[in-house]
Amino acid sequence: MLDAALCIVYRDLLLALRRRGDVATALLFFVIVASLFPLGIGAEPNLLRAIAPGVIWVAALLSTLLSLGRLFAADHADGTLEQMLLGAAPLGVVAAAKGLAHWLVSGLPLVVIAPVLAVQYDLPESLYGVLALSLLLGTPVLSMIGAIGAALTLGIRGGGVLLSLLVLPLFVPVLIMGAGSVEMAAAGLEPDAQLLILGALAVFSAAFAPWAIAAALRISLE
Amino acid sequence: MTTAVRWFWFASPHTFFPLAGRIARWCAAGAALLALAGLYVGFGVAPTDAQQGEVYRIIFIHVPAAWMSMFLYLVMAFWAALGLAFNTRLSGMMAQALAPTGALFTFIALWTGALWGKPTWGTYWVWDARLTSELILLFLYFGFMALHASIDDPRRADRAAAVLALVGAVNVPIIYYSVQWWNTLHQGASVSFTKAPSMAAAMFAGMMLMAAAFWLYSIAVAMVRVRCMILERQ
Repeated sequence: MLDAALCIVYRDLLLALRRRGDVATALLFFVIVASLFPLGIGAEPNLLRAIAPGVIWVAALLSTLLSLGRLFAADHADGTLEQMLLGAAPLGVVAAAKGLAHWLVSGLPLVVIAPVLAVQYDLPESLYGVLALSLLLGTPVLSMIGAIGAALTLGIRGGGVLLSLLVLPLFVPVLIMGAGSVEMAAAGLEPDAQLLILGALAVFSAAFAPWAIAAALRISLE
Repeated sequence: MTTAVRWFWFASPHTFFPLAGRIARWCAAGAALLALAGLYVGFGVAPTDAQQGEVYRIIFIHVPAAWMSMFLYLVMAFWAALGLAFNTRLSGMMAQALAPTGALFTFIALWTGALWGKPTWGTYWVWDARLTSELILLFLYFGFMALHASIDDPRRADRAAAVLALVGAVNVPIIYYSVQWWNTLHQGASVSFTKAPSMAAAMFAGMMLMAAAFWLYSIAVAMVRVRCMILERQ
């Protein structure tokens, strides 16, 4: 079972490595969206510092959304997904592995690149750690919840727009806790509470989302 | 064994169709009567509020609508779960029939809240915890309906939407509490939703009558929709 999961993660990472463009696009999108806000709002440093956590988090949400459409689409198109459905490994494990691979490819790079954006926004250096940590805990939740939406909209016309409608409201708690933790730290308070809740959400979604993804995949592929 | 048979007797759309018609008729009549009584009590009997004047009377629509909006989502999720568990055709139809009514009540709650907020708070919209979570609830309803509408096969649409409704139902409390927390974090001195400490009996009666009327209306409309769906699908 674990072998199957590792195999899927390895395979998805390999595929991502062979098609580096897809990964780069989502990352570039993240950077561009975050860079647009100062152009629209104005480059007043105090204002930028105030909006930085929210903007970076919203950009992370949108960037995750952008890469979710591809999560099952290619496997669906070439029939791999049906083989996974028929295979011996439980579909929940397959779903969890797909979600993990998605996070490694599109969530983890955001964690790494976010401090660079924080520099753009003139965020104090002491906040880089909290920002990265909040993204580290929050982006897996985005991947897992998003995967439910991706599985539900698999093979549906206009799936991309629909996916955002389904998934974005469910991202709200992550956004609030993620941006909130950085703002808390910026105010000189302990961000532990928000980070712990993010961690709880991550554990919760890792435990339960795979089964919802599996159910959604079964429905989409019948 | 016999009870089990009884339970599923009306799960067949064929046997449910005439029953739904009867329920719809009685509930519609009841809703109309209760709404008339509720509006009479609300606008005729209930005293003017000492602090807010006549403006407060919108709560006779607003509060029951807000209750229904949240309650209907749970009912919808319940039918969705039932549909997934027992694979009954009717459960999916019930969930689908409830969604537009739930969205309508959510919208009414938001709209009347805005109308109440303008004279009372001086603004149509504040990022209050309840308003925000109600708005997100509206998005969840829209997502449910949009997903259902975009899948052509009704059975598949029922089941896909059911998964979404369940995921949403698990998320609703998390969203609610996170929004509440966010609200206290962001707004120092915010307008408070807590009204006058005690409520006149007539106000309470009017609100309850309207809530009952909305209940019956929801049932009636859902039944009519289910009947249309049965005719459409079979």
